[in-house]
Amino acid sequence: MDELLKILQCNALEPREHIARMLGIPAAEVNQRIADYEKRGVIRGYQAILNEDQLDLEKVTAVIEVKVTPQREGGFDTIANRISRFPEVRSAYLMSGAYDLLLFVEGRTLREVANFVSERLSPLEGVLSTSTHFMLKTYKRFGVLMHQEGSDERLSVTP
Amino acid sequence: MNGSVSLRNRLNTTVRDIPRSGIRDFFDIVSTMKEVISLGIGEPDFDTPWHVRESTVFALERGATHYTSNFGYLELRRALSRYVARTFGAEYNPENEILITVGVSEALDLALRALLNPGDEVLYHEPCYVSYRATILFAHGVPIAVETRPENGFRLTRAMLEAKVTPRTKVLMLNFPNNPTGAIMSRGDLEAIAAFARERDLVVITDEIYGELTYDSPHCSIASLPGLKDRTLFLHGFSKAWAMTGFRLGYACGPAELIEAMMKVHQYTMLCASSLSQKAALEALTRPEQDVAEMVEEYRRRRNFLVASFADMGLDCHRPLGAFYAFPSVARFGLTARDFALRFLQEEKVAVVPGTAFGECGEGFVRCAYATSMDNIKEAMVRLKRFIGRL
Repeated sequence: MDELLKILQCNALEPREHIARMLGIPAAEVNQRIADYEKRGVIRGYQAILNEDQLDLEKVTAVIEVKVTPQREGGFDTIANRISRFPEVRSAYLMSGAYDLLLFVEGRTLREVANFVSERLSPLEGVLSTSTHFMLKTYKRFGVLMHQEGSDERLSVTP
Repeated sequence: MNGSVSLRNRLNTTVRDIPRSGIRDFFDIVSTMKEVISLGIGEPDFDTPWHVRESTVFALERGATHYTSNFGYLELRRALSRYVARTFGAEYNPENEILITVGVSEALDLALRALLNPGDEVLYHEPCYVSYRATILFAHGVPIAVETRPENGFRLTRAMLEAKVTPRTKVLMLNFPNNPTGAIMSRGDLEAIAAFARERDLVVITDEIYGELTYDSPHCSIASLPGLKDRTLFLHGFSKAWAMTGFRLGYACGPAELIEAMMKVHQYTMLCASSLSQKAALEALTRPEQDVAEMVEEYRRRRNFLVASFADMGLDCHRPLGAFYAFPSVARFGLTARDFALRFLQEEKVAVVPGTAFGECGEGFVRCAYATSMDNIKEAMVRLKRFIGRL
């Protein structure tokens, strides 16, 4: 992967001037390349990674396994896109194995998610079955540990 | 008097007369201060890869807590033989040409003790790692420093060695990529040194602890050059490339007779390297490319950032090509390296190491390690610019 994208994936707020120095290229080139990635849709957006467990939010997340019937034209994409458009669905993946789609669904309460499954998701044509698991605690998201690592134990000056 | 006896006069004179490391001296000052950004740390800021740590715990559970062979686990020596052949281009027999040691430092000590008779001279290049001179002296050798200079990228040339070699010279010590300068040697550079070593019938000890960490061109080991293996001792370890400093694990690869002699000293002093560290090393060798590549990429970014920042503020610095050190010149400010480092520490709370800790010819330079987070490096550069603006 382009090193520029790796840097942005680590920290999207990295000043462009700093990225230029790290890569040894002019800042104008960094700006141009980022603009290109945005235009081409490779970069779809920039978000903060939150430790939501600290926020005491009124929110539950469910991981839902969905079995679906692929359609004659469009295969899994048609039904997957249809499901993905619900704002409750935060992430959706096509999977190999015992089920077809894996969804991350958010709601304010358990009941709200349950309603979404029973009233929106299950009745969709092509949805054969669902299996819903509620998330209890987050240890790591997007490669970031949610609890603090120990501080630097190295001596302050070493050979 | 309270009846206590001064032992100072009874100490071995060699040990008594060798000063403490200049690094240690500086550490004592830094450690009295709070919230210092340190560019003075000669070890990776990365954690040891998790699979290595996890498997060390497993090894402990399984009971890998006993003495190992004096040479080290044969399984580890076999894995090292493959790794060294693949990465450094030199083949060693795991049965009798590889010795596992407590870091490269022990390996170096063993080698010098195994090779030197009192009065034998050892050529080594300065600025260099803090222990070289002392280790040669402890082994009753005579250290002969060869100065390297920024004009040619702190590389070593045949002419420099010719000027210092004598009939008593027995050993030539090399350390590239270099701590503290970040210098590396190309294959062509090394071929000239190799020819010199052959003609003068020298034993070459090459400390390649930073061998995986080069940024613009690949590392070349002198042990891989034709006709050099038989007179070369290759030293390496896990501290830098795998961020495993505390495991204290190194190894020596070389001619069987030399390894056997080193093993005798090792056997009677250390017995064997830590069994758990050896297990950790074995795990580290299962996926070296991935672990190391990620760190190298990050170091390269930091190196680029540091060098660009120095250029911005008009600080002379040769381009470091390996290890994780930059060695800028601070001579134009009219301060000694030590005074520069002390004032920078006191006024801006950033620690760099005076170049004199690495030999007298380090005067006028400071070592900046970029084995620290990019955020720390950025802040350190802001402070450095402010500091030199006042000088």
